[in-house]
Amino acid sequence: MGAAIEVRDLHKSYGGRAAVGGIDLDVAEGEILAFLGPNGAGKTTTIEILEGYRTRDSGSVSVLGVDPASAPLAWRERIGIVLQESEPVAELTALESVTMHAAYYANPRDPAEVLDVVGLSDSADQRTRKLSGGQKRRLDLALALVGSPSLVFLDEPTTGFDPSARRESWTMIDALRQLGSTVLLTTHYMDEAEHLADRIVVIAGGLIVARGTADELAQQVGASTRITWRPDPGQPAPPSTIGATIADGRASIETDDVVGVLHALTSWAVENGVGLDELNVARPTLEDVYLTLTGGGDEAGPTRSGPEPATGRSRPRDRRASRGSR
Amino acid sequence: MSVSAAARLRHQIGFDLLIFRRNPAATFFTVVLPLIFLVIFTSIFGNETLSNGAKAATLYVPGILALAIISATAVNLAITMTARRERGILKRVRGTPIPPWVFVAAQALAGFAISALMTVVIIVVGRLAFGVTLNAAGIPSLVLSVLIGAVSFAAIGLALTTIIPSEDAAPAVTNAVMLPLYFISDVFITGDQVPDWVATVGSLFPVRHLSHALQDSFDPFFDGTPWPWNHWLVIAAWGSAAAAVTLRGFRWTPRR
Repeated sequence: MGAAIEVRDLHKSYGGRAAVGGIDLDVAEGEILAFLGPNGAGKTTTIEILEGYRTRDSGSVSVLGVDPASAPLAWRERIGIVLQESEPVAELTALESVTMHAAYYANPRDPAEVLDVVGLSDSADQRTRKLSGGQKRRLDLALALVGSPSLVFLDEPTTGFDPSARRESWTMIDALRQLGSTVLLTTHYMDEAEHLADRIVVIAGGLIVARGTADELAQQVGASTRITWRPDPGQPAPPSTIGATIADGRASIETDDVVGVLHALTSWAVENGVGLDELNVARPTLEDVYLTLTGGGDEAGPTRSGPEPATGRSRPRDRRASRGSR
Repeated sequence: MSVSAAARLRHQIGFDLLIFRRNPAATFFTVVLPLIFLVIFTSIFGNETLSNGAKAATLYVPGILALAIISATAVNLAITMTARRERGILKRVRGTPIPPWVFVAAQALAGFAISALMTVVIIVVGRLAFGVTLNAAGIPSLVLSVLIGAVSFAAIGLALTTIIPSEDAAPAVTNAVMLPLYFISDVFITGDQVPDWVATVGSLFPVRHLSHALQDSFDPFFDGTPWPWNHWLVIAAWGSAAAAVTLRGFRWTPRR
């Protein structure tokens, strides 16, 4: 399999501030790759350089064998783009919008079929202004797919969606896999990257900080499994050999030897008649991994031992609040 | 393999006309408002038969037609293309293989098509309701005036988008430029009622030359020659300057 995208040592600065500080990126043909990172990490800057919308300061870029900075229009026959923010033409119906775009390409797909692929057939004759946010996003995808591209860019396809709309969109993006397209998508949702992508590249502060499958990322971070329970104050404390720490009324053990530690713990508990109330064994969540990688979880991370380590932290929700990449 | 530019142009013009038809603001200001003005002017100023045998409405029709052409082109394009830019619609088009010039030319030609239709409508309404006549000898210069005017004012509308910062600002900027010009360009008020200095200022700008080129074509004594070259040249000069500004400064991506 050849490389659909090949990036070497890409740099881009705005007003002296490095938005992208020297990244390498490879996307194989047929692969779905997620470009994951918080706001202002350089995701949109990078993807728009690959799409030919922005120029780079230095480095080499090849997209389908062509440098986007000097690509002829014919190159655009082979790529489909879903922009982070774009609206449909309000006066047209969904089907008319796709039909208008189909004629921009030499070998377009059938517009009605494309609407079917993205699940908009029932709304084909609706004016686009009446479509919901999720439906508009699907129309965006239909417009990107109508030219029958071999490479599709999706810039934050589900940002701002409620959970059910996100799930719907995932189903639709999964359909791209069946079409055999190469897909590069950006997201700041770890679960989205995990669900959709074959491989994840994590970017923070304009640099790539990790790459691999979701499992490989978890291993790279080396996060341990955490065993917790609520000790009864009237009962004896566990022996120090078990290595539990007690804080905020909960005992916790971090270990990579889950079976051994659990055996020792439960044996001690049975022998001493101790109830291990609310016993919980938790793998690190992917969100923990993501926050560790991108530096977002340093403050609230390993030193705290609350009952639910993942939920107390803020996550980058509002893209508009910090659009540093513009 | 490759789609011909002509086929793409036709296709895009068809959709742009459909979009125009479904846009209530654009159709009102381009189609309905000029006809309302025609009725109002003949009601206020009367429609007596002049000494040369023509109806007074013959004086209002060219100005009304100029208004319709400018609405269909400069005003419509300045507003809709700014909106499309800010909504990311132009950016998406730029990501497809359609040549940018084809997309932009289609906008200008759709404006010309609407102008041509309004020319016919205004002539027919003028004829049936107010007895305005058009000599056959005036038709060639009328057609050329509409063509030169529509294409030049389309370029002016595209050039205006380069200085309009946002969708909200588009109608304000466009009207701030065009409304004063209408008043000093014999669109609303004609002939002897305006002071000389106003006429002088007006003749620096293309609106007055469009309304006068059209007036010449409706002149009952016009025998087909000479064509209003002086007016056409000024209009085309403005159109060319606007095209140059557009080529340099037209943006496909949102400003915000």
